[in-house]
Amino acid sequence: MLYQAWIIPILPLLGAAANAFLGARLGKRFVSLVACGTVGLASLGSAWVFADLTRLPAGERLVMLPMYQWIGTGDFQVNFALQIDPLSAVMLLVVSGVSFLIHVYSTGYMAEDRGYARYFTYLNLFVFSMLLLVTANNFLVLYVGWELVGLCSYLLIGFWYERKAAADAGKKAFIVNRVGDLGFALGVMLIFVTFGSLDYQDVFAGAPQMLAVGSVTATTITLLLFVGATGKSAQIPLYVWLPDAMEGPTPVSALIHAATMVTAGVYMVARTHALFELAPFSLSVVATIGAVTAFYAATIALVQTDIKRMLAYSTISQLGYMFLAVGVGAYAAGIFHLTTHAFFKALLFLGAGSVMHTLGGETNMLKMGGLRLKLPVTYWTFVVGALAISGFPGLSCFFSKDAILWQAFASPRGGMVLWAIGLATAALTAFYALRAVFLTFHGESRLTVEAEGHIHEPPSNMALPLALLAALAALGGYLGVPGILGGSDAFGSFLAPVFRGEAWMALETQAPANELGLMGLSVLAAFLGMGLAWYFYLARPEAPGVLARRFGGLYALLVNKYYVDEIYGGLVVQPLVALAHFLGERFEVTVIDGVVNGVGRTVAASGAWLRRLQTGFVRNYALSIFLGAVIVLGYFLFR
Amino acid sequence: MDFVVPTVDLGSIAPALLVLATALLVLVGELFTAPGRKGALAVLALLGVAGAMAKSFLLWGQSQAAFSGMVALDNYGLFFGLIFLIALGMTVLLSVRYLGQMDMDHGEYYVLLLLAVFGMMLMASGTDLIVIFLGLEILSLALYVLAGFARTDLGAQEAALKYFLLGAFSSGFLLYGAALTYAATGTTNLARIVSFLAQAGVAGNPLLWIAVGLLIVGFGFKVATVPFQMWVPDVYQGAPTPVTAFMSVGAKAAGFAGFLRVFLYAFPALSVDWTWLLAALAVLTMTLGNVVAIAQGDIKRMLAYSSIAHAGYLLVAMASNSQAGVSAVLFYMVAYAFTNLGAFAVVVYLARQGQEALELSDYAGLGSRAPLVALAMTIFMVSLAGVPPTAGFVAKFYLFGAAVEAGLVWLAVVSVLNSVISAYYYLRLIVIMYMREPVPEAAPASTAPLVSVSLAIAATATLLLGLFPSALLALAQSTVGAIFKI
Repeated sequence: MLYQAWIIPILPLLGAAANAFLGARLGKRFVSLVACGTVGLASLGSAWVFADLTRLPAGERLVMLPMYQWIGTGDFQVNFALQIDPLSAVMLLVVSGVSFLIHVYSTGYMAEDRGYARYFTYLNLFVFSMLLLVTANNFLVLYVGWELVGLCSYLLIGFWYERKAAADAGKKAFIVNRVGDLGFALGVMLIFVTFGSLDYQDVFAGAPQMLAVGSVTATTITLLLFVGATGKSAQIPLYVWLPDAMEGPTPVSALIHAATMVTAGVYMVARTHALFELAPFSLSVVATIGAVTAFYAATIALVQTDIKRMLAYSTISQLGYMFLAVGVGAYAAGIFHLTTHAFFKALLFLGAGSVMHTLGGETNMLKMGGLRLKLPVTYWTFVVGALAISGFPGLSCFFSKDAILWQAFASPRGGMVLWAIGLATAALTAFYALRAVFLTFHGESRLTVEAEGHIHEPPSNMALPLALLAALAALGGYLGVPGILGGSDAFGSFLAPVFRGEAWMALETQAPANELGLMGLSVLAAFLGMGLAWYFYLARPEAPGVLARRFGGLYALLVNKYYVDEIYGGLVVQPLVALAHFLGERFEVTVIDGVVNGVGRTVAASGAWLRRLQTGFVRNYALSIFLGAVIVLGYFLFR
Repeated sequence: MDFVVPTVDLGSIAPALLVLATALLVLVGELFTAPGRKGALAVLALLGVAGAMAKSFLLWGQSQAAFSGMVALDNYGLFFGLIFLIALGMTVLLSVRYLGQMDMDHGEYYVLLLLAVFGMMLMASGTDLIVIFLGLEILSLALYVLAGFARTDLGAQEAALKYFLLGAFSSGFLLYGAALTYAATGTTNLARIVSFLAQAGVAGNPLLWIAVGLLIVGFGFKVATVPFQMWVPDVYQGAPTPVTAFMSVGAKAAGFAGFLRVFLYAFPALSVDWTWLLAALAVLTMTLGNVVAIAQGDIKRMLAYSSIAHAGYLLVAMASNSQAGVSAVLFYMVAYAFTNLGAFAVVVYLARQGQEALELSDYAGLGSRAPLVALAMTIFMVSLAGVPPTAGFVAKFYLFGAAVEAGLVWLAVVSVLNSVISAYYYLRLIVIMYMREPVPEAAPASTAPLVSVSLAIAATATLLLGLFPSALLALAQSTVGAIFKI
């Protein structure tokens, strides 16, 4: 199957094509079958590829799949090629597997929607784009996938385009991503100029010889690439699109947050680690931005009352962890957290979707409460997700977050400060996760009587993905149990050939006592956060109000998300709009239209003049031929 | 003078002979088909096309001179032959319903198409100026009649007569050029011209220059370069739409087939002079084509000027005078064939009884009236404008790439600027289709299965060639051996 792995991304593409052309005609059953079937087959294929790959010796786990040469003239070669190595195999599994569950869930969630076929067309296209992105063998294919992912997110976030908020959110996601993509595109161009090739092999193998460690070129390339990553993966300063992305259908949020979009930036940095290794400054930028984003977004999540918005900031925060990991050189830990995060974040979003589904689209947690007994499946799976993200010992995130924190502490590129920020974030995370559980499912019901009557458990095609994701979120961490707890970090050693020479290899010499101690501290932080959430939202429900009044300024700052949207609005959007108005109403009318009309008049005039030549009379045409002949002959005789 | 009886080697021109035989069969069959049932003849013609294509593939890779060096069997001729056959097949698909609608369903129509292709194939495989001229005349005579096939339509009559008069006039230039070539070199055989010019000092003969100049005029008329392009808008507009489609692809390809072989193969000794002239003609041709196309309100006239502009692009590659240039021309021809035939197929698709959709305003709202047809038209326009991922982009990429490699960077820049100008009128049609409200009384087009098939073929090929160009490019590259002795 390794050499047929190109089928995996093609399958969802075929599904998208089938649904685009036939979906509206052949009905929902056909659409669901095609959409879920193709992605399901893709995930089976991914598993097969993964199994085949593990059978190869660790050093030979790299399979190239040259598809074809698109354009080749002289030195400029553009090949469509894919590759399978441990990193892309893991990404394939995560992306296709989680996407499949979200597809199945969507057949229930979107069952009543008019745009059913359109929805699944986009969804399949989204999966195709992401699979292409993670299997790319060169920067061009990576770029194609990168852009397609952006396009699909735009289409899906603005899926309910009749609603202005949705259309605006789609545009916001697209435009903010364009800013990042510009950086990414410049980075890719600079890579081509520097290395004369876009193939991973050429670039990564050539990099250590062609670029000195810390050289300006290496730093510029990696910083530009990272600008792209901050856009796709929603990091400071380009994270603002992600909270608004909840305007799309909830399974789309799950897809974007868990599998197909925001992980692209982390993956890309891990993939290009050979370049980042040459630019220590860029790595420290990555780690710092990651840590700061993790903490910053977690503080905002503390006070959000909209469940999806809270989850969105949580994603930004968790992505910050991943960047912290890759920034300190712990690439495998970053990808590990990406994997576990995909499980529990998809679970949380689908759980939230299940609540919304039954409450007629309500997202305000203050209007929920007491749903625990009425929605037991949703409740219990959501609790697993919330405990997992909190880092409850034994659940998936406990292992992945701990790997990141430990390496942030011990890596030569990390340090106390980064670790401390990560630890504080862990406490905040536990707090907001449990807060969501308590507000939504515990306490008194704050529902309207009408909504109360409609409550029903999700149908089986929504409940089953929830259960499966809950199992993954609970157990996914056992892929990478660290040595200190008697495991062998299978995940890390599987990825090790890709990240050979990475910094954490040096950690073997560190005293194990430290690691255990740090682990204890992070567990403590998690329990602290959970305890506080319990105190504020179950034991003393009036406490949050008191606190909010006491620290009114801080509370307002957090509720309003540090006013960043307003700041961007004032600093970027308003001036741009003003400039656009100026250009549109003054410059355009006078200068551009003047020039264009001038050119237009000139063309029209020359057209009229030329048309006079086109008399319709044969004699004039013949004269033209004759004069042409005279000129041609004249040229040859008097040259 | 020795008289050599030419060797007869029918096998090496088998595809052309198959086409000729089909033409004769159709001519006979015409007697036995009742009026209104001429569709059977179209089937016969398509069978001939299929047979000739199959034979071409069987002959692929062979290389030999035949008929005492008058024609050659080589990949170059076969490649062009396949282009003509594609154009013929698609045109037949377009014609069946159209002929009925326009009340001119006569069997001779298919005969003339087949004869024209026979002439084209002769022209592409001819290695003697006389044979090339013969091919040109065979194809031209057939096209004169086809242009005026709508016997009751004054516009068509005018178009046919103009085409005939001017064609005869320019054929004179070509023939005179061939005669002066004979006078200067003592032969009309291309191979012997090459060996004659290889001698030192003979290339300075003024007679030879005049001959080359006259040949440029003759070929320039066929491929429609400025200032020999005047006939194109009138004839394209007046001729029946499928015939226009056929001419715009087949006749242009045939003209370039002869033009390339004569100049790049036989006259490289004089290339220093003619490349500059061709470069100048290229700039004039594409600029005039693109600028005037903007001002057109009739889609056939617009496509006529567009085809003039594309002749200019092709001259760019010819002026590069290199292997890359030749393979680029061949690739471009295939891409252009599918794209342009597709665009005309849309025009034919929208035709109704006795009436055609020729004004640009007729296309308003097509995006909602006939979404698939509008989508196909969008693909063709995008391809003509040269935007990825379509065939037109890759074709232009190779074309301009050849110019850059040959050191003609300025020419490539002018060509790209011209592409930008052309985007205006190509994309305008897309805007009209999707952004304008449909004209209220526009009746839905009747179903046209054969036209739909040709539309689907053209659109698929346009996209596939844009996504997977390398296979065709490899084929095109395998033909340059006929021009450049490697």
